[in-house]
Amino acid sequence: MEAHAHHKETFITKYVFTTDHKMIAKQFLVTGMIMGIIGVAMSLLFRLQLAWPDKEWPILEMLLGKWGTDGIMDPNIYLALVTIHGTIMVFFVLTAGLSGTFSNLLIPLQIGARDMASGFINMLSYWFFFVSSAIMVASLFVESGPASAGWTIYPPLSALPQAVPGSGMGMTLWLVSMSLFIVSSLLGALNYIVTVLNLRTKGMSMTRLPLTIWAFFVTAILGVLSFPVLFSAALLLIFDRSFGTSFYLSDIMVAGEVLSNQGGSPILFQHLFWFLGHPEVYIILLPALGISSEVISTNARKPIFGYRAMVGSILAIAFLSFIVWGHHMFVTGMNPFLGSVFTFTTLLIAIPSAVKAFNYITTLWKGNLQMTPAMLFSIGLVSTFITGGLTGLILGDSALDINVHDTYFVVAHFHIVMGLSAIFGLFAGVYHWFPKMYGRRMNKSLGYIHFWITFIAAYGVFFPMHFLGMAGLPRRYYTNTAFPMFDDLADINVLVSYFAIIGGIAQVVFLFNFFYSAFRGKKSEQNPWRANSLEWTTPVEHIHGNWPGEIPEVHRWPYDYSKPGAAEDFVPQTVPMSEDEIANGH
Amino acid sequence: MDTLLIIVVALLAVIALTQAIRIFEISSKIKGTDNDIKVNDKDNNAQGWLMLLFLIFFFGAFAWMVSEYMELTLPVSASEHGNEIDSLWDISMGVIILAFLVTQPLLFGFAYMFRGRKTRKATYMEHNNKLELFWTGIPAVILAGLILYGLTTWTDIMFPEKTEEPIVVELYAKQFGWTARYAGGDNTLGFANVRLIEGVNVLGLDSADNNSSDDIISSELRLPKGRPVLLKFRSQDVIHSAYLPHFRVQMNCVPGTETQFQFTPSMTTAEMRMDNDVIEKVARVNSIRSAKGEDPWEFDYVLLCNKICGAAHYNMQMKVVVESEEDFNKWLKEQQTFAEML
Repeated sequence: MEAHAHHKETFITKYVFTTDHKMIAKQFLVTGMIMGIIGVAMSLLFRLQLAWPDKEWPILEMLLGKWGTDGIMDPNIYLALVTIHGTIMVFFVLTAGLSGTFSNLLIPLQIGARDMASGFINMLSYWFFFVSSAIMVASLFVESGPASAGWTIYPPLSALPQAVPGSGMGMTLWLVSMSLFIVSSLLGALNYIVTVLNLRTKGMSMTRLPLTIWAFFVTAILGVLSFPVLFSAALLLIFDRSFGTSFYLSDIMVAGEVLSNQGGSPILFQHLFWFLGHPEVYIILLPALGISSEVISTNARKPIFGYRAMVGSILAIAFLSFIVWGHHMFVTGMNPFLGSVFTFTTLLIAIPSAVKAFNYITTLWKGNLQMTPAMLFSIGLVSTFITGGLTGLILGDSALDINVHDTYFVVAHFHIVMGLSAIFGLFAGVYHWFPKMYGRRMNKSLGYIHFWITFIAAYGVFFPMHFLGMAGLPRRYYTNTAFPMFDDLADINVLVSYFAIIGGIAQVVFLFNFFYSAFRGKKSEQNPWRANSLEWTTPVEHIHGNWPGEIPEVHRWPYDYSKPGAAEDFVPQTVPMSEDEIANGH
Repeated sequence: MDTLLIIVVALLAVIALTQAIRIFEISSKIKGTDNDIKVNDKDNNAQGWLMLLFLIFFFGAFAWMVSEYMELTLPVSASEHGNEIDSLWDISMGVIILAFLVTQPLLFGFAYMFRGRKTRKATYMEHNNKLELFWTGIPAVILAGLILYGLTTWTDIMFPEKTEEPIVVELYAKQFGWTARYAGGDNTLGFANVRLIEGVNVLGLDSADNNSSDDIISSELRLPKGRPVLLKFRSQDVIHSAYLPHFRVQMNCVPGTETQFQFTPSMTTAEMRMDNDVIEKVARVNSIRSAKGEDPWEFDYVLLCNKICGAAHYNMQMKVVVESEEDFNKWLKEQQTFAEML
């Protein structure tokens, strides 16, 4: 049975307003990459400022105009850069770019479905994301500057244009952009959940799902439950800003004028924000962990160790992520008893995380490791996940958080555990599924060069920051020269900036490899990694409906690598169980 | 002109890379191999070795950073509860550094040991309940210890024993500076609100409130050694955070709400200046400053703003002095009360 009639496709229906999940995945990826370039470029600009605060940089005047007169960065634009860098990286790159790309690409292909449950809603999801990205980028060009209250946009700072110029038009656009982003995210997530639950092919029970799908599925549930709360937080903030309400404002005098607002609480915003904000960390991280599970198992030529424990730990992390948000608020004056509760729940997350780390390591044990660039990035991910996760035991402990809260220790922690791990997962996914997306192969040597420079530079940027934090250096300081006690930290800041610049330039290698290979790369064979999961049973050339004939039936889990008795070192999910296997109770 | 040059160089770089790849491809075509895309045993071997080398480099760099950078971190705590925090910190750090030193070699070591070879066959192992129970149990036990220790410390800090009546001091934050207010003889702060701010009454004290008349407003924070201090925090405009790193104290200042933190300073400014780490720090900082032609620095405790609050956030600071109770009382007596100010 042909799934879809062959209707004529125009450029517009094929590349722009497409409902095909594979094309939508590529749209998310390329948009995410463009946003990523902007986000990383911003970080390089403020790294220039932090390492060499007195130096004049003509490039700053060129890029920032009046905010960089004579090559000296304005403090307001510094705050704007860190704000938009955070927003873009967290939401636009690591949420939409990562989860949007691979959920769309892999969910139908790996569960054996012709497309998403609703192709139209899927298309809407992308276009809401596109408009949201366009507005966020446009906000960079408004007269009073982009939003600059930090990516967490705590009111009253974000509510009062008198307090910081970025809280004028820039913040309005930020809020509009993020509202659209949330719509995009919800439409996508609902689609993913429905698709995974309803459209699995025959034989694809939940316990035969690849771990990627488990990760995307749980991520989507997290998104559906938490993003609406951010939306409500943003909505109330819009009301406070534009319609004179006092949800977050009370007893304020700013720029010599007393505001009439009375009775609100800025802390309410923080509760609402972090109710999304913490699950958001796992919305970013879980897809990366799912991708690395798949890549590590395939390239170790071994089953992922402890499949059920891996699923269980994904579920445990997801559940716990909803009851730990208060660890961002230990020093807000919140009731200390609540602080105790949040310390307890937060530290519990270490247990499922440790299980995951040990299971990855054990999967390598006695494997036959194929060192593809995707494999290298996955191993890198496990390394950063451990390194960054461990310092979570410090920050999650309320008593210890008192002294390093909002210092560079925090910056080091979350960049390593969430930023690096997720971005490595993204790279691993791109290298691994590039043949599926473009039918071509990426250059291996450039992949190796990209990995090693990125990996070393990434640790070089973020590892020294722990020491800055332990020296009491606050984050979001435009310059550290106002305090002599930080003078002897200047060398570390220079070192960090060098690594940041090297790491940033290394991404050019990736971008080049990506676009060159997409157009000129060698044609891929159907199953280049000799993998088991269903996406490699589809033809190299993309077709609507994914499989030309019937959707294949699934007979086993996706991790039968190097199975004793099998002729090859992989047994695709579509191969029926042999008599022996059934007798052995598989 | 510069811009044009940059664009030309970038274009040339792209062309050069493209040609390099073409050479790769053509040569692999002539040899009839897929060397540019397929991973072979040579790659596995090389990348496996690189993993091992990276581990050595990583640990080497870690050791170097510890030896070079640890001396830059904060000196001994200047408050009583700070010592408790520091002990908890040391133990937690010990645990996580141990975990770091065990797991990273396993990861990179296995990546090296089991690097792919044509002749190798991976071992099929799906799971092992005993092993998994083991590495669920071990972290659980260690965490139970850390949680208990952490919560005890937290409770000690947040609910201090009521042995001695603390001196009540308010820290008032606004863009971009701090003001302190001492509660005076009655040790009770008078009522204050932004709506009452007028002229010299910069903190908005209610002059009708009897408690406010003996309040003392000060532009520096002076504290007596060995007496509990109850800091109360208010903010006039946006959220600020009062961060006193040497005392291991931090609390947000939230407009519309009053927050507080109680602690006991345990070292005077003079004593801290005699601390060996601080002497070394001052010498280090001053050699940097003299090289840049800046004035030498003398150590002082400092209060910083640690919550993003606007353009001059990076410079929102206040000097903090800890002295003997005698000196403190003498200084306090010399200050003008609110009633005298009006």
